[in-house]
Amino acid sequence: MSTKSSKNKLASNLAGIKSPNPFWLASAPPTNSGYQIMKAFDAGWGGAVWKTMGIPVVNTSSRYGAVSYKGNRMSGFNNIELISDRTLADNLREIEEVKKYFPDNAVVGSLMVQSKEEWHQIIKDVENAGVDGIELNFGCPHGMCERGMGSAVGQDPEVLALITSWVMEVAKVPVIVKLSPNVSHIQDPAIAAKKGGANAVSLINTIQSIIGVDIDNFVPYPTVDGKSTNGGYCGPAVKPIALNMVKNVAKIPGYNLPISGIGGIENWRDAVEFILMGATNVQVCTAVMHYGFGIIREMVTGLEQYMSDKVFNSIDEMVGKALPNVQKWENLNLKYKIVAEIEESKCIGCQLCYIACEDGAHQAIKLSENGESRIPKIIEENCVGCNLCSLVCPVESCISMVRKDNGKEELTWTERTERGDIPTTFNDKMAGGLGHFVPEPKKAIEYRLSSKK
Amino acid sequence: MAEFKRPTNEQEFENNFSPIKVLMNKSEAILESSKCLFCYDAPCTKACPTHIDIPLFIRQINSGNMTGSAMTIYASNYMGNLCGKVCPVEVLCEGSCVYVNQGVKAVEIGRLQNYATHKVLSEKIHIFSEGEKVNKKVAIIGGGPAGLSCASELRKAGIEVDIYEGRKMAAGLALHGIAPYKIANEDVLEELNYLQEQFHFNIIYNSFIKTKADVAKLEKEYDAVFLGIGNSSTSALNIPGEDKKEVYGAVEIIEELRMKKSNLVYGNKVIVFGGGNTAMDAASESARMGAETVLLAYRRSKENMGAYEFEYDLAKSAGVKAYFNVAPVEILGDEKVTGVKFIKTEIKDGKLKTIAGSEFNEKCDMVIKATGQSRHFELFDNISKLEIDDFGRIVVDENFRTTNPKYYAGGDAVNGGKEVVNSVAEGKVAATSIIKQLTKI
Repeated sequence: MSTKSSKNKLASNLAGIKSPNPFWLASAPPTNSGYQIMKAFDAGWGGAVWKTMGIPVVNTSSRYGAVSYKGNRMSGFNNIELISDRTLADNLREIEEVKKYFPDNAVVGSLMVQSKEEWHQIIKDVENAGVDGIELNFGCPHGMCERGMGSAVGQDPEVLALITSWVMEVAKVPVIVKLSPNVSHIQDPAIAAKKGGANAVSLINTIQSIIGVDIDNFVPYPTVDGKSTNGGYCGPAVKPIALNMVKNVAKIPGYNLPISGIGGIENWRDAVEFILMGATNVQVCTAVMHYGFGIIREMVTGLEQYMSDKVFNSIDEMVGKALPNVQKWENLNLKYKIVAEIEESKCIGCQLCYIACEDGAHQAIKLSENGESRIPKIIEENCVGCNLCSLVCPVESCISMVRKDNGKEELTWTERTERGDIPTTFNDKMAGGLGHFVPEPKKAIEYRLSSKK
Repeated sequence: MAEFKRPTNEQEFENNFSPIKVLMNKSEAILESSKCLFCYDAPCTKACPTHIDIPLFIRQINSGNMTGSAMTIYASNYMGNLCGKVCPVEVLCEGSCVYVNQGVKAVEIGRLQNYATHKVLSEKIHIFSEGEKVNKKVAIIGGGPAGLSCASELRKAGIEVDIYEGRKMAAGLALHGIAPYKIANEDVLEELNYLQEQFHFNIIYNSFIKTKADVAKLEKEYDAVFLGIGNSSTSALNIPGEDKKEVYGAVEIIEELRMKKSNLVYGNKVIVFGGGNTAMDAASESARMGAETVLLAYRRSKENMGAYEFEYDLAKSAGVKAYFNVAPVEILGDEKVTGVKFIKTEIKDGKLKTIAGSEFNEKCDMVIKATGQSRHFELFDNISKLEIDDFGRIVVDENFRTTNPKYYAGGDAVNGGKEVVNSVAEGKVAATSIIKQLTKI
């Protein structure tokens, strides 16, 4: 039923690491063992990054917490787990076996050690075991960083570049540097990775977080015998943060290092978003921990259908396609004007748009006079086109934003600044909100004032 | 007096028989699809006779891959739109949804399925392609769901297919026999056309295969034959008065209802014999045709009734009354029926027995017999070595091959008379067996 072409349109190549599709498992509990990775490859995953190997650790019991948002379980996920607690010998033996049965699927060894000697030794070991690539874990935000590894490296660009260069001294396979998001400027470690000689970067690792607090026992989750610690946040909730950071790295002038995108990817659409923002492939963890390896069948079929609909013949054609449209705020067109429009036949009368605009934005929506209808009306002259209403409306395609400017003029903040057409004093008559109707404050409590008369 | 009035024109008929399952809108589809847990080894998939990957197609709706969702459905079930509407989901997929174990309402799988299939049908998005031509020909007797499903799978393998359909339209009971409030004629034909546009199987209408000569011709010209012939007309009860006017078989009257709609002359006081789903359909339809009284008469007790509970509830909600443990002994009247003489029954020594002297009469002006269909024995007799079991069903092995190696069979003729989805499943399995045999894979 799919296209008869023999060419695999989903074929992926990240810095020379090939896989039959761009869907990899991220370095995490799902890649703890060869058993799991074989199951995953058998189910259709393209590649897997082994759970970080190094000096084996000891983990706690409880390890995870989750945000369940209004009944949607695991919309955000938190872990206080460390790297692999299995011996290197076990991991190496299993890597060999996986590669024996799945020569065409990518197996990447994630590593975290300290001294140069340790780096050199472990790289030789995993390369002998047959890995197709190496990922350097500079992102673990708890447990390891306190020992000077993980995100302690990710947050220090100079150290990151140095350690990367140690690795590049001996590595024969492509090297990916995994970046920590717990920095104020993701470009710095990204550039450091390139400086150190890395072949690619992957981001994001988990975000430092406290997922929630047990308010009855006065301790955060996850709770280990009455105590807790901060952990690493991931899952659907972090996707927007990850997308932004991928974009920031992809837009570094002259960067050119391929990016492996990570952060809350659960379905084909998420994956496409990352690819359009500059990722060459994607890695998934939380969704697999939630639903198992079977989610790959939705992801592959969805990506295939998208590529068929948009006539993309390879992933390469898609990488970074949205980047040219990502600008600095000051270069956005201030002449662009949209206003909200309610499709009355679809409106169900919840009036959420009204109260969102009334309390939370610009009082540009009114309820019908004498409550004869529950369909709100847009006060067009007050509408600033923020589109908050379109976001709160629970009915698909009920509120749309309609363009009101002629579409022929363009004027950005940068241009206005050059022309001197920007507000510079506190009461500047060029203030953007001047002349916009704002109700008198006491109108909010008119009912109270009138009864006091 | 009755809840429904007699429909006198097309519009009134459509109102009385408006679809029970309404097409979802996008908001509904997103909300409902979000509820699906994406179970591992999902019970709903196991419960479905065609084993549609339900969690997958629902997730594909949720992530906006509508074409993918339809492809997932149609990959397992060539009549995904029909099944979505008429399957007894309450006892199949939805009935096995894990939410039910929690006391929570099941995910509306049937309606979600239609949301997806409707998209590709209405927008004519083609998802199939006929296979590279293989020099083999198969004859399919019967263009109902089993035959159509078999034909589609054969065409996907590049085998040439001729369907011999006795009526002037195909789709069998799907078009002619299902309760009108479950699916409209146009929708059945839309899916049939959708399949034909992509698979180009040949349907020869108005051609019943009956005689030895008919059969011999097929055996000579084709490499294999699939029997998708279903069952025959309503069985006779062999009680006096059965041949009076206004005494109908359920299957026959439902066909007339679907074809003639408001133009069908209908009774006012209807008695329906039977306790299966067909009896429930006939009763519900009689109520919707504005009959003042509709009486279901079943010879066993309510507990022994074979119909699904929800079908009985539907009939009751339209005002249908039911008598249990009553058996008809005579149909009364002159030329036309005026009533039925019943006798009460009971279980004695483990057997159903009539109670002597308990006869009573019930007035009516129409009788519908929903007590079972006979089989196409005439055709069976003309196919050599074709074994039939004690219930008149064609005997097949696990490959749906009959005892005559040239013949395969599936659907009601094999299973005795189950759901559309069973016919679709069996037709497809038979086709995969035929493909194996003919292409020696």
